[in-house]
Amino acid sequence: MTDTDHLAAPGVPVLAEPVVPPAGRSRETLHFALRNKKVVGAVVVILGFLVLGLVAPLFTNHGPNEYVGPPAAPPSTEYWFGTTTFGQDVFLQFANGIRSTFVVGLLGGGLAALIGMTVGFVAGYRGGLVDELLNMLTNIVLVLPALAVLIILHAYVGVTSVPMQALFIGLFSWPWVARAVRAQTFSLRSREFVDLARLSGMRPLAVIRREIAPNMSSYLFMTFILLFGGSVLMAATLDFIGLGPTDAISLGLMMNSAVHWSALHLGLWWWFVPPGAAITAIVGALYVMNVGLDEVFNPKLREM
Amino acid sequence: MLRLDQVSKTFRLGAFGSRELTAVKDVSLTVEPGEVVSLIGESGSGKTTIGRMVLGLASPNKGRVTFDGVQVSGLRGRALHGYHRQVQGVFQDPFSTFNPVFKADRVFALVRDGFFRSVPAAQWRQRVETALHGVRLEPADVLDKYPHQLSGGQLQRMLIARALLLDIRLLVADEIISMLDASTRIDVLNLLGELKSSGLGVLFVTHDLALGTYISDRTVILRAGEVVEAGPTETVFTNPSHEYTRNLLAAVPHLHRRWDEPVK
Repeated sequence: MTDTDHLAAPGVPVLAEPVVPPAGRSRETLHFALRNKKVVGAVVVILGFLVLGLVAPLFTNHGPNEYVGPPAAPPSTEYWFGTTTFGQDVFLQFANGIRSTFVVGLLGGGLAALIGMTVGFVAGYRGGLVDELLNMLTNIVLVLPALAVLIILHAYVGVTSVPMQALFIGLFSWPWVARAVRAQTFSLRSREFVDLARLSGMRPLAVIRREIAPNMSSYLFMTFILLFGGSVLMAATLDFIGLGPTDAISLGLMMNSAVHWSALHLGLWWWFVPPGAAITAIVGALYVMNVGLDEVFNPKLREM
Repeated sequence: MLRLDQVSKTFRLGAFGSRELTAVKDVSLTVEPGEVVSLIGESGSGKTTIGRMVLGLASPNKGRVTFDGVQVSGLRGRALHGYHRQVQGVFQDPFSTFNPVFKADRVFALVRDGFFRSVPAAQWRQRVETALHGVRLEPADVLDKYPHQLSGGQLQRMLIARALLLDIRLLVADEIISMLDASTRIDVLNLLGELKSSGLGVLFVTHDLALGTYISDRTVILRAGEVVEAGPTETVFTNPSHEYTRNLLAAVPHLHRRWDEPVK
């Protein structure tokens, strides 16, 4: 509606607001999301990296660890991000590394979010004995030194692929999510809209999914961001101590080998700046997206 | 129709549930079809807890809540679903009864999802509008809006309209009038009166004695979870037998009398 509608001369009936067709909630969310600069900007950054990671390796028939160029060459038109001490193409490693980073983040973060939210929702909504048992399990996993357990697992089981690494990371990073979701669920379940949903014949799972979860959707998304970033960092740590997947490349592994081969002292900045900047940009964009989505999900923060 | 038999409810408090709070103690009452029973008591007297037990949202620790002879706390799944088709509630705080992230008219959609999936959309919309007119609301004013865009009174009346969409036999009305302004208050009370004459039983939970007298056939006075007095409304109000009821009645503010004048 434009301002001119309100400025109609006195006596002239103001047109009634056009009847909006009943749009679904997801469509409405999308409507506000596309008008939110933070969300759009962050999505562009993340999709940009994702597309780069997915597409760039297709245009070459070299593997990321192959020795293709002159050693330690600075960025040029042929090698956009230069080459490593051994003549590996940094851009190629970078693009492939983004792939691994997304895989570890999505799978590891996704698995941890799934376990943590399931445990948290069930414990918080059911309460009582179920809550006691799940809480006990959560606390046990919480006090396990995750890194030490992962080191042992990686050393004994042996991790060859990125998804397997993501699986192990996901299995040990969910407890704080479970605790946070449980606490939130506890407070939301006592609100009267939960009672009203129950009076409307809704089953417990539907109450959790359709009444409680939407109230914390931005929180759940934030959780996923932290898990995503945490998984990436955990993977980098494991890569660094030589327990990462042997036949792959990741941004963490790139920084690790850059440090390992003294790139900083030799002035090979193009070796470690791109992966570091990419990790920062991806995690930063996800955070900005979260702030924007908070405005989208919470009608009170919207500018009407 | 509805019968509470020596119903008690205790909550565990503190670390490891070491302390107990008795919210409701040995309460017995009945609601028959076409009867309005007022449940009057101060804050914390267990009124809302009784309402929740009647609605099957909480179960008593002792005693039985039965509806047509069937115990409410034992109902699960399909049976509970059938029970909610006949017994509905309107809660105290309309702002917390609406899920803030959804539009307010979603409460109607939920009723359709839960009970009337076979009704066509156009016909359903017709029913919703009729129900809204029934509570003196203009559908265009309240549909397609978020809860924070509506007033407490509008939200409260939407909840009453929601309960009316179902062909219910018992309504648990928990302080439904307290959020309304004076003129709509009478409208809603009169609406309850109409529904009552068509056979609806109402458990009218309130702390307001004047409203209690206006509409109810029988009155139950609660104090600290116990029934202190129960009986036909006229008897309770004109000839209160319990000290607490007398004090309660004396505390009602009167028109044309200042607060510092001695009572009686």
